[in-house]
Amino acid sequence: MPAPAQTRIIFRHIDEPGYTRDLACYLRHDGYAVLRQAVTRPPADLIEEVKKSGLRGRGGAGFPCGVKWGLVDRKSGKPIYLIVNADESEPGTFKDRAIIHQDPHQLIEGTMISCFANNVQQAYIYIRGEMPHGARILEQAIAEARAANFVGPNILGTGYSCELFVHRGAGAYICGEETGLIESLEGKRANPRIKPPYFPAVLGLYQCPTIVNNVETLCHVKYIAQHGGAAFSQIGTPGNTGTRIFCVSGHVQRPGYYEFPAGTITLGQLLYDVCGGPLPGRTFKAVIPGGSSAKILRFGERFKGKRKVGAALVDYDWGVEDVPMDFDSLGMIGTMGGSGGVIVMDDSVRMVDALANINAFYAHESCGQCTPCREGSLWMKRITTRMVHGTARPEDAALLQSVADQIPGRTICAFGEACSWPTQSFLAKFGDEFRQYPVTKQTPPPAGTPALV
Amino acid sequence: MNLKPATLSRIDEVIPHYPVRRSALLPLLHLIQEDLGYLPDEAMPWIAAKLGLEPIQVYEVVTFYPMFRRRPIGRRHIKVCRTLSCALRGGHETCATFEREFHTHCGEVSPGGEVTVEFVECLASCGTAPVVLIDDELHEHVDVAKAQQLSNQIKAAAAARP
Ligand SMILES: Cc1cc2nc3c(=O)[nH]c(=O)nc-3n(C[C@H](O)[C@H](O)[C@H](O)COP(=O)(O)O)c2cc1C
Ligand code: SF4
Ligand code: FES
Repeated sequence: MPAPAQTRIIFRHIDEPGYTRDLACYLRHDGYAVLRQAVTRPPADLIEEVKKSGLRGRGGAGFPCGVKWGLVDRKSGKPIYLIVNADESEPGTFKDRAIIHQDPHQLIEGTMISCFANNVQQAYIYIRGEMPHGARILEQAIAEARAANFVGPNILGTGYSCELFVHRGAGAYICGEETGLIESLEGKRANPRIKPPYFPAVLGLYQCPTIVNNVETLCHVKYIAQHGGAAFSQIGTPGNTGTRIFCVSGHVQRPGYYEFPAGTITLGQLLYDVCGGPLPGRTFKAVIPGGSSAKILRFGERFKGKRKVGAALVDYDWGVEDVPMDFDSLGMIGTMGGSGGVIVMDDSVRMVDALANINAFYAHESCGQCTPCREGSLWMKRITTRMVHGTARPEDAALLQSVADQIPGRTICAFGEACSWPTQSFLAKFGDEFRQYPVTKQTPPPAGTPALV
Repeated sequence: MNLKPATLSRIDEVIPHYPVRRSALLPLLHLIQEDLGYLPDEAMPWIAAKLGLEPIQVYEVVTFYPMFRRRPIGRRHIKVCRTLSCALRGGHETCATFEREFHTHCGEVSPGGEVTVEFVECLASCGTAPVVLIDDELHEHVDVAKAQQLSNQIKAAAAARP
């Protein structure tokens, strides 16, 4: 079956010739019409629409946005903050960058609607430090929006006021984790907080109730405010509503970002039909479907079980190519949809090298608070690097497994899981290559093997 | 510390963005680093006084975030992405090309001080790998040929400088 056509909602104007990021262009495309309309409605209605929509967060965890907003402590009398998570640092993910660079007003409109719905008077966009250009674009766009009375005091004459500022990170991946982000925004090291008690919805920024949402999530909110939650829930499949943006990178003919109704495209359709298949003379070997923390899939493996379709339970027997790209299906086969970053590797890749590359990332990015994460990520990096350089010891494959198994569930934040899943899944799926590394090291890699370490 | 008047006014502009002064720490560090090229030791007590903090509270932040540096670097900062998607498409060769062109090693200032080449983690542009950030500008699809071309541009600009 050929892939369905793209449905570009969030990416409607991305890479569109003639579409520019200034306010004038946005207004010509009906910009801020949804905000104008939203501020005339009772805020509770907007929250209700988001609940009805079934929108799940696009930052990685897929948590329902309406539920998150419902958890906000509105009785404390403290101000409620909203933070846009524009840290985009999960390897393989590059969708928020496109929105920020090419359509910043879409994000600002979605943000202001969300602020109005939640009675937020102060919001921040936390953008990663390595996007200095993006930060300037957002600042410029906010200044334009403020001059036009979409941001700032007495928005559109309603008496409702809300400020929005850009805050730049400084190169630490852990600032993407929402409580690390909050610490960072408070001017501290980005050490994630312990939940409970520090759920952002109750004790977030400055110990006040705080909403943290991903850039893409807030753009979906704009669509929901415009078309209604029911209409949004008609897109995609039940439980996986709206569209999903996939960022495909690595060994395919046409890497890039693609937007489809959630759950309507399989991994095979995405990689073969949409991305043009493997590079000339190559075959697919492995794919990481949801950012580098997601567990890897091996081409050739099969997944069997029962799944719910409507009310019925049906058998499924899938190859990697057959898996629908939605949160639930990917979860069912033991990996995750995460941030939508799909990293593809072909038969030129040595899996030990690939894991060593990933492990170097996590060892560099652990914030260092929890011993299992700080030491474990470093050990996993050291062991896999030894394997690559041919200096590993015979017991190293088993040691690697044991280190990875001792991290998850024993740390403050989900980075612990994120850093151990690659190692656990590479060992499970490509154990042979890890047991073979002494032999592999003696044979020089064939021409065309990419250097990864 | 000799900050430009423009930096000082931007510092005063950014502090009221936050209900708590300490939140302005990262913005101040960025502003001062952009002005001076790095964060000299005297910047820490200066910022601490400005925000009502102890100097240690500034140091601990400076040492946590990879983008902050306490030593000067080359005139141009070449950051090559090291992470998986870029590596799969040749990022390591790209980095080696810059090292060769400027007779330097990752993390060091090149002889003559023109560039610092650095290997950094995912720059969120994996679809156009390999990518390189030179100062504030992102370059995409930087294979060996393009790395050479970019190096030549930097060298030409350096030669044209009086
Ligand atoms: C280690 C780690 C890194 C994360 N990085 C990001 C990130 O770069 N961007 C992002 O939006 N969410 C990231 N998240 C998820 C956030 O903690 C949070 O769940 C998300 O911003 C919530 O927004 P959403 O509900 O709209 O997805 C990360 C989580 C963890 C554990
Ligand atoms: S799990 Fe790792 S990143 Fe998260 S708080 Fe602990 S040490 Fe820091
Ligand atoms: S891996 Fe290089 S930009 Fe993401």
